[in-house]
Amino acid sequence: MTPGRGYRIFIHVAALVASVVILAPFVWLLYTSLVGQNDLSTVPLRWWPSHWTLARYRDIFAGRQNSVAAEFRTAVVNSVIVATGTVLVSLVVGVLGGYALARLRFPFRRASLMSFLVTYMLPPITLIIPLYLLMSRFGLLDTKLGLIIVYCSLAIPFSLWTMSNFFGTLPTELEEAARVDGCSRLGALVRIILPLSRPGIIATALFAFLLCWDEFLYSLIFTSTANAKTIPVAIAEFTGRNAVDFGLIAAGGIVASLPPLLLTLALQRYLIGGLSSGAVKG
Amino acid sequence: MRSQARLAALLLLPAAIAVFGVVLYPAARALIISFYDVDSPFAGRYPFVGLRNYTDILGDSRIWTAAGHTLYFTVVSTAAELLFGLALALLLAAPLRLRWLFRAVVILPWALPTIVTGAMWRLILNAEYGVANALLTQLGLQDGYRSWLGTDPFLALNMVVVADVWKNTSLVAFFLLAGLHTIPRELYEVARVDGAGPIRSFFRITVPLLMPTIAVVLVLRTIEAFKVFDIVYVMTGGGPASGTQTITFFTYLQAFSSQRFSYGAALAYLTVLAILMLALLYLRLLRQNQLRGLS
Repeated sequence: MTPGRGYRIFIHVAALVASVVILAPFVWLLYTSLVGQNDLSTVPLRWWPSHWTLARYRDIFAGRQNSVAAEFRTAVVNSVIVATGTVLVSLVVGVLGGYALARLRFPFRRASLMSFLVTYMLPPITLIIPLYLLMSRFGLLDTKLGLIIVYCSLAIPFSLWTMSNFFGTLPTELEEAARVDGCSRLGALVRIILPLSRPGIIATALFAFLLCWDEFLYSLIFTSTANAKTIPVAIAEFTGRNAVDFGLIAAGGIVASLPPLLLTLALQRYLIGGLSSGAVKG
Repeated sequence: MRSQARLAALLLLPAAIAVFGVVLYPAARALIISFYDVDSPFAGRYPFVGLRNYTDILGDSRIWTAAGHTLYFTVVSTAAELLFGLALALLLAAPLRLRWLFRAVVILPWALPTIVTGAMWRLILNAEYGVANALLTQLGLQDGYRSWLGTDPFLALNMVVVADVWKNTSLVAFFLLAGLHTIPRELYEVARVDGAGPIRSFFRITVPLLMPTIAVVLVLRTIEAFKVFDIVYVMTGGGPASGTQTITFFTYLQAFSSQRFSYGAALAYLTVLAILMLALLYLRLLRQNQLRGLS
């Protein structure tokens, strides 16, 4: 039995409506970043603008120093460095620890797994006050290194959890065969397990990257200048100063969205696999 | 066995150091700080005040107002996200043409940074130049321009909910889609042979078998929503008239604007307690559900 005609029309109309609701705000953001200031401040709104401009994007990518646009550029670079650094550290730590949690038998295995999970549940607002006091004493405030260390508190428990779940889904036979052939445990991990774990590693890296890219509260408290400020903080501060330069806010927002959007679209099949294996089953 | 334990300890050492250094130790420090009166970021001796911070908090009416906002935000946004998320998940699983395109569209809000989402809605809802006022007025749905975020606290709170639902429904949808894929297709075949229509099989098969996934999503989203901060910060800054201040936002203000670190730490611990109770409540509900499913 094939679905009826009415049903097919219904689902397509529903998908269309949902797409419009999802896309319209984003299209407006894009539009705001691309039309002249005059068109943005005309009341009543003119639906077709008098002129289009790429000037804001040019300013962000190549504008002179000490402008808001250049501040956005530095903040994006900071975000890239902090997110990449955190992803690398948390992946290494997560792969090693996740392997131990999934494959080795040792006392308190379940307890340690649960304690890592619990740390992931602690809200950042609980940790932020002592972390602030500690970082100010170690001179780590307003540094990218300090931010990477703090972001590890978010990314490591997460990558431990997802990697150990992923390793748990791999068959043990291949690894055992390699051990029989004289491979050490770590040798088997590197030569057999890691190549098989590409989907899990990519999904974990993607989630950890997005986690860091999106993080706001820690960055707001722990950074204050272009030295380490990340892009969410730069955008929020500029928006909060009640600037009327809507176009630049929008262009900054689009630039900030590009890395996560492109990564997510390129890696979406890993993302959905990661959601179903890492989170729902766990 | 001994060698395995040694290897496990070695492999878990980096994780343990990291988690101890940036999570467990600070968590313990926060608890200690909450019993003192720390009012500057510098090292030094601060007076021990016992439980006074906690009693101050419970007697502070602003907390209860903020807790009310948080509760409203959590309940309404989580409910809406579950409802819309379920609809989107069913659509994503349906035999759509251009399904890949629809999937990419649904992913978009999830990939968009929260701060960008907030800034975007702030532009849309701007009282003078925002597209929301222009569109609604020109369509005749509203008499004149209104201040969505600036004057009416309850309206502003609802607008924050709208922005949050717009962003997080897609995550919920993908979670539920993953859950839908675990339901065996044969069940639907059998139901159809038995003469059950699509609505009946939705309530008899889809909903009950999706319950575990729904429960997980409910726990995760409630806890996330309870901690809401970013989107409030960028959309309203807690205003108007503190009408969108949430617990986390209020804690942030106390600790970092007023430098009342101890008060903030105590408040944060009470938040953890509330979240913990929520999680336990959910687990209990979930277990009861599972037992009923078995019998």
